[in-house]
Amino acid sequence: MELFNLTIKSIFIENMIFAYFLGMCSFLAVSKKVSTALGLGLAVVFVLTITVPTNWFLQEYILKEGALAWISADFAEVDLSFLQFIMFIAVIAAMVQLVEMVIEKFAPALYGSLGIFLPLIAVNCAILGSSLFMAQREYALSESVFFGFGSGTGFLLAIVALAAIREKLKYSNVPDGLKGLGITMLLTGLMGIAFMSFMGIKI
Amino acid sequence: MSTDTIEKQQVEEVKEKKKSETLLSKRRKKFINDPLNDDNPITVQVLGICSALAVTTQMKPTLTMAISVIFVMVFSNLSISLLRNLIPTRVRIIVQLAVIATLVSLVSEVLKAYSYDMYKELSVFVGLIITNCIVMGRLEAFALGNKPWDSVLDGFGNALGYSWIILAVAFFRELLGAGKFFGVPVFEAIGIANFPTNGLMVTPVGAFIILGLIIWVQRTKTGYVEH
Repeated sequence: MELFNLTIKSIFIENMIFAYFLGMCSFLAVSKKVSTALGLGLAVVFVLTITVPTNWFLQEYILKEGALAWISADFAEVDLSFLQFIMFIAVIAAMVQLVEMVIEKFAPALYGSLGIFLPLIAVNCAILGSSLFMAQREYALSESVFFGFGSGTGFLLAIVALAAIREKLKYSNVPDGLKGLGITMLLTGLMGIAFMSFMGIKI
Repeated sequence: MSTDTIEKQQVEEVKEKKKSETLLSKRRKKFINDPLNDDNPITVQVLGICSALAVTTQMKPTLTMAISVIFVMVFSNLSISLLRNLIPTRVRIIVQLAVIATLVSLVSEVLKAYSYDMYKELSVFVGLIITNCIVMGRLEAFALGNKPWDSVLDGFGNALGYSWIILAVAFFRELLGAGKFFGVPVFEAIGIANFPTNGLMVTPVGAFIILGLIIWVQRTKTGYVEH
């Protein structure tokens, strides 16, 4: 039950986009059409569910202070946490590459629709951000799986909703200076207000 | 005139041209001036929005963030530009990420050592400079094909363009949200007690709306229209 609560919390209450502004770049750039937004969203869910637990293993067995004690007692005082950023980003970049190759081999149809978005994901703040949050909040392994899945789903939800609104927006008369990015920012603000209502939920 | 002398002349002309380009020639000043307004990384190129919003509830963390980004951008542009002929195109993303991640780790360690409170306050957002699209974008678009000094200027210009926007957002959010400026209660100082602060400005929503309005004003001024 606790894991379920964590998932709900990371989807709605601590939504990556509306509460932490993570992944805004691709959120704004790839939200012009619902179908592409859905593709990117799914790719993010997929990559997050894999990379957060992978980084958990790194954090737990290599990076944390005293984590190397499993090799021998001599290493018990080694603190490698300053390598955190480099290790995490390397894992993410490698994992994205790997996922891309696996999908290309075994599911060519999915690759066709996701293909161009996969490399983009390596530099999506939401992916690195989730791993850093996982390390900071000291989640357990099972929690990190559900946290990764939940924050990915939150991103998917937000980007598809925004894309749907922007498709309708094409037929509206927006002032020149506000076209494109400007009106999208205001829209995201309004959607943020809607999502703020979830903050009242205590779980 | 024989072809020989013409060639010589041309060589000399080229030499002179190279010599005459000062450290801050007109062409190079453009690298700094353009991103401040007409080609601003946030409002026009739509890069680096993530961190632009997350840290801007107060001026102080925003200033720290701005300085860190300037440092990371200048030095990553410089190193990639120096390495540009050695990096194979296939692995360039990983190389770029490694350079950026190293610089960001440096910034994070310095912050941890000299200003621990700030380090706690910025938490994961220092690390997220790595995935800040501006840094990556400028490496990809500029540093990979230009000389070191030009790249340094380009990095500096873009980082400044980014900084003034986040400082502007932070200014309004702190002023309207908490009635303060750099932690100093401004309204009480000028005699207005009980200034009605707006709680919305402190939440993420305030950031979106302020940035949207800044983009509107700026684009109306420069006449840039997105289609």
